[in-house]
Amino acid sequence: MIPGALDAGELWVMATAVVCAVACALPGCYLVLRRMSLLGDAISHAVLPGLAVAFVLTGTREVIWMLVGALGAGLLTSLLTTALHRWGRVPEDAAMGVVFSLFFAVGVIIVNAVARQVDLDPRCVLYGLIEFVSLDTVSVAGIQVPRSFVWLAILLGANVLCIVVFYKELKLVSFDPALATAMGFSAAGVHYGLMTQVAATTVVSFESVGSILVVAMLIAPGATAHLLTDRLGRMLGLAALLAASAGVIGYLLALRWNTSVAGMMAVVSGVEFAAAVLLAPRYGFLSKMLHQAVLAARIRRQDILGMLYRWHERSTRDARPLGYAEVRAAIGGSWLTRLALASLLRRGLVVRHGGGALMLSPAGRAAAQSLVRSHRLWESYLARHLGLPPDHLHEASERMEHFITPSLQARLGEELPIGADPHGRPIPPPIEKGDSGAVA
Amino acid sequence: MSDLLRLLLLQDANTRTVLIGASLLGLASGIIGSFAVLRRRALVGDAVSHAALPGICLAYFVVGDKSFAAFLGGALVFGLLGVLVIAFVRRHTRIKEDAAIGIVLGSFFGLGIVLKRFIQNQPGGNRAGLDTFIFGKAASMVTQDAALIAAVAGLIIVAVAALFKELRLLCFDREFAGSQGWPVLRLDLTLMGLIAVCTVVGLPAVGVVLMAALLITPGVAARFWTDRLSTMVVLGGAFGLFSGLLGTALSAVLPGPANALSRGQPTGPMIALSAGAVFLISLLAAPRRGVVAELQRRRRLRARIALQNLLRDLHESSETGHAPTGSLPVGAIRAFRSWSETALDRAIRRASARGLVRYSLDRLELSEAGRAEAARIVRAHRLWELYLIDQAGIAPDHVDRDADEIEHYLPRDVLERLEARLTSERHGSAPEFVPASPHPLAMPGGKA
Repeated sequence: MIPGALDAGELWVMATAVVCAVACALPGCYLVLRRMSLLGDAISHAVLPGLAVAFVLTGTREVIWMLVGALGAGLLTSLLTTALHRWGRVPEDAAMGVVFSLFFAVGVIIVNAVARQVDLDPRCVLYGLIEFVSLDTVSVAGIQVPRSFVWLAILLGANVLCIVVFYKELKLVSFDPALATAMGFSAAGVHYGLMTQVAATTVVSFESVGSILVVAMLIAPGATAHLLTDRLGRMLGLAALLAASAGVIGYLLALRWNTSVAGMMAVVSGVEFAAAVLLAPRYGFLSKMLHQAVLAARIRRQDILGMLYRWHERSTRDARPLGYAEVRAAIGGSWLTRLALASLLRRGLVVRHGGGALMLSPAGRAAAQSLVRSHRLWESYLARHLGLPPDHLHEASERMEHFITPSLQARLGEELPIGADPHGRPIPPPIEKGDSGAVA
Repeated sequence: MSDLLRLLLLQDANTRTVLIGASLLGLASGIIGSFAVLRRRALVGDAVSHAALPGICLAYFVVGDKSFAAFLGGALVFGLLGVLVIAFVRRHTRIKEDAAIGIVLGSFFGLGIVLKRFIQNQPGGNRAGLDTFIFGKAASMVTQDAALIAAVAGLIIVAVAALFKELRLLCFDREFAGSQGWPVLRLDLTLMGLIAVCTVVGLPAVGVVLMAALLITPGVAARFWTDRLSTMVVLGGAFGLFSGLLGTALSAVLPGPANALSRGQPTGPMIALSAGAVFLISLLAAPRRGVVAELQRRRRLRARIALQNLLRDLHESSETGHAPTGSLPVGAIRAFRSWSETALDRAIRRASARGLVRYSLDRLELSEAGRAEAARIVRAHRLWELYLIDQAGIAPDHVDRDADEIEHYLPRDVLERLEARLTSERHGSAPEFVPASPHPLAMPGGKA
């Protein structure tokens, strides 16, 4: 299954698949960013009548006329969608749906009407004929190259050129069209240019991957890349890589299992996307859950410290020490509380005395003191500067106390040089720099 | 002609079945599709219909060609799976809904094509049944299919009626519903589930792509006629039903392609086109939101503005001492605002028809009523200019156009109330008082 074991014909098919995938992925990145992914979907469905009309008018199945017809249909789709949205005040996605489904209906009727005369199987429009590209070759510098490959390579070159030449304009218009217009760029011009590019890409690619699967090739690599990086340049590069890998892997798997190449490419892109959704380092679902768990543990640890501090504050003389059971009952028992307590014990912020009593170590007391100080300072701030009544302060401060940094606490201390919070409880003094900088 | 007669008299049992099935499908899609359009989920139906394909193929692997119900079941399972994936991606990642729909659509459909090819490769793999799902073949609908469609239509009507309040709030103010403790996510998934069921049941009749037409188009058409949700949903259902009827009838009655073995046009596309025709008529002819009505409104507004501008010009020219005899040659008026000849002509005719000007020997002068009206207009304009200069700090030579826009586009009663306030604040004096212009007037001799 290694590339070396493929014959020339198969290598050309794989190469065509790769070029097609990358050519689609690049403009697709901008579609994803501008939330116009479904325009690719719409155009790819709507090209059918373009093909049919081209056939009817020219009486031939010459590829160039098919492409012209399809491109016309694609542009008309995007124009009508925009017109419906702007003047008919129809929501954008509904406008797209109405236009492309009607176009497709017209296409099926025309194709059906002329299907006898010509060998135009609508099915191949849907999923392409990339497996047969080697059958239709042209001669380039003496080598027999599949015609589709040539077209797709030109398309790829054109797309790359457009993106490089108009990099700044595309970037600005994609992220801030109002600013772009204010700066003198024609946001509408760039918009229509991008639409033309998408239409052309769809049309040239449909021959290889079919008009419906081109949607996956347009959007999936870009969306996957968007989950992996925040920078546009890297997103484009990653999308190209992902698309190329989908082409290679998809082709090899399709060859192995004797099935549709285009379908397999779409499946592989989908799998790549799913992997990113789960595993992407910053935006992946699993990593987000991990971050949330780490945060939840920190908050729970600090809650325990706070509780122990307040307990000691309230019952100085008759200090019945708290055990785990009381802590669990107060804070909410679960594996998280158990975990948090174990962590605190391990870090030496809490010590366990005889009889299961839990007490703060000096380091723990310092940390707890800082936390409670933050809490009460925040309550004071809310009461004084936002005028909230006393019974509204605790909940908000409970949440905020975990996120008050030392510098913010210092600022609050300067702003509110008072001794007690709105409930009359003393605000603990700031911990000295000399104290162990143990962070809960 | 005899075909049409047979059709109208419902003599052909097969056509009868298809008519009933298609109409009920249209009814169901129109109703649930209206909510989809409002929830900006219009293309979820498209995604579901594409996502269903692998389910159908898997059902074929499991039970073979025998059971149509298995196909539908597989389609539904994968359609719902697609919906869940879209919801998950939307909720837990920063990928937006449109990209999620596109990815689900493309990759699930790709999986379906891969599986379909496996089936084709098998000996005796009959894929004719599978193709039906892609392009639809309403003409081969039998009584059981129509019955199933009827059942789904009934389910949708009952569900929508029962959950109408909740769905309405979900569509218009999701956050509020959530804050009131309603199970927003579950409602959303129920809505998408109903869309999925409707889509799947319609696939054999209309095919993958055209199901989107049937879901979206009647709802969008209904929107043009009303602002009330209940009316829109009912209209959407009615339009859908009509499209199903008309499309089926047309497909049976129209001549088929030349040299074809089968009669008529394919049903799915004809239904979609009927829906499109209803949409087009709604777009153009709807009384308030339609294009024609909008154009008429604009035309009336332009005429009113032109009339007011004409009166103002005549008044201002008398202020600047430009018309000592009280009348002006039309050519001079044209120069004030670079009127086009036709526009000025129309304005003059309108003004004369209302008795505001007298036009003779190519000269124009204000009548009594015209003088009063012109004074009112100019006073309003000047007051606004003064207001803009005072309160908005706009330079005097910038206020002419801004005041123009305010006075022409605000409704009259609002204008009157505001003017009353301005007058008493600024000038306390008689309401007929016309302040002097704060900037040079744009006409010869018009220096302030």
